[in-house]
Amino acid sequence: MSALTREETQALIQEVLEVYPEKAQKDRAKHLAVNNHDVEQSKKCIISNRKSLPGVMTVRGCAYAGSKGVVWGPVKDMVHISHGPVGCGQYSRAGRRNYYVGTTGVNTFGTMNFTSDFEERDIVFGGDKKLTKIIDEIEMLFPLNKGITVQSECPIGLIGDDVEAVVKRKATETGKAIVPVRCEGFRGVSQSLGHHIANDSIRDWVLAKRDGQAFDSTPYDVTIIGDYNIGGDAWSSRILLEEIGLRVIAQWSGDGTIAEIENTSKAKLNLIHCYRSMNYIARHMEEKYGVPWLEYNFFGPTKIAESLRKIAACFDDQIKEKAEQVIAKYQPIMAAIIAKYKPRLTGKKVMLYVGGLRPRHIIGAYEDLGMEVVGTGYEFAHNDDYDRTIKEMPNATLLYDDVTGFELEEFVKRIRPNLIGSGIKEKYIFQKMGIPFRQMHSWDYSGPYHGYDGFAIFARDMDMTINNPCWNNLTPPWLAKSKDDTLHKAA
Amino acid sequence: MANIMIRQDTSGDLIFYLAKKDLEEKIIAIEFNSPDKWGGELKLADGQAYYVTPFTERPKLPITVRARRL
Repeated sequence: MSALTREETQALIQEVLEVYPEKAQKDRAKHLAVNNHDVEQSKKCIISNRKSLPGVMTVRGCAYAGSKGVVWGPVKDMVHISHGPVGCGQYSRAGRRNYYVGTTGVNTFGTMNFTSDFEERDIVFGGDKKLTKIIDEIEMLFPLNKGITVQSECPIGLIGDDVEAVVKRKATETGKAIVPVRCEGFRGVSQSLGHHIANDSIRDWVLAKRDGQAFDSTPYDVTIIGDYNIGGDAWSSRILLEEIGLRVIAQWSGDGTIAEIENTSKAKLNLIHCYRSMNYIARHMEEKYGVPWLEYNFFGPTKIAESLRKIAACFDDQIKEKAEQVIAKYQPIMAAIIAKYKPRLTGKKVMLYVGGLRPRHIIGAYEDLGMEVVGTGYEFAHNDDYDRTIKEMPNATLLYDDVTGFELEEFVKRIRPNLIGSGIKEKYIFQKMGIPFRQMHSWDYSGPYHGYDGFAIFARDMDMTINNPCWNNLTPPWLAKSKDDTLHKAA
Repeated sequence: MANIMIRQDTSGDLIFYLAKKDLEEKIIAIEFNSPDKWGGELKLADGQAYYVTPFTERPKLPITVRARRL
């Protein structure tokens, strides 16, 4: 088994593009590329963050998905109102598995769906009155909420409701943080703009609230930014940081609270896991508060050790020493896991198509297991993500941006990877094609995958997916060449 | 004119960041870089050049400023 050569990969892209009309072909060609380590800047080989081609299948989300589903949604002690028709909130409710601690419906509201349930009347006469009413009702029914965000859905922007006015009035009345987020779904080309809008709303409405207030800080205060605690990811990251002697004062936003967000600017260092969704606020905090930021990667022992050293290098010798101790402590445990699973997984080819940070961050974890990532792509990345990806991916592998349903299927048919990691919409297509699949948006209902503890689960999950005996039963009995014993027994 | 952010990375190089274009690039040359005048033409590693109205003193980085493409 060997990966495709550069020419073969290029030929494959050409072959797949051939079915498109000329104009579409030209457009899509810019989004598909062969990885080349010689290219310094991704924009020379791949174009990203452009409007999807009409008429093709895309798995992108909308700005509302980026704001409510990703950035704001996991903030557990706030009520997030899906302001607009009922569907957007209902169909995205709790799907991302952002775990949190608390009593849902009393002091935490993560898995609940609050919506203003717009009807024709509200579209015609405006929904401001309804929003006022819903905020009053929330205050009455859930008095322990620490704040409210109003996540606008498409119609709000279209009819021009003055959400900000309602919010300002209600915020003075209740004295709580009430944040309008103008993340109407039609804004931008993908959920990426929703992340940006949500970051900006945090900047404008929340972050400066505790400026000048006393805070009991230590020289070791850090924050975890861009970890959404999917299946408990942030927890398995947090314990590592605490083990090396740092104090995590905020989690953004998995299992996070509004108080933590308000205190973030008091940290000594912001640690960023998901660069795509949270870099905006980190850059802002660097400028306004002088808090530096650092990207890290907690997938797989190699990258964890690398990241722990990188983080420790920002602090004194005591932390550096502890980081080495922690790495040494987990080394034998990780070696045992690799010894167990690597022989079963080595040489297997993986194709990824997810969003955010995963298409590049997970590569290290697969490589620790002896697997090879032969293709990767993002749903909604920008140039800077591909800049970072090119270095991580092996040479001459396939890069695809906002890949269409057709293209991904054709690539898979040709490359025949041993595992695909993508979303639920792709899962059953590829399983029916006989290829093992992991749903990598929410870790296929497993997790956590971050940290040393997460790697153990990651390795187990990959093994039980790829080496599942069901893949041997793809040939129906009547097509099997020789009748084996089981058939006789069944008869 | 666009809002850009200039910051210093860990190795001390100046980094130019233009959010709207996802352009993050090293600044290889800056026209004025003295304590009493700072800014002017910024040459980026990818060959582009931007102009920032010079400051009368060296600003505290990172800083967001308006820049014009040359």
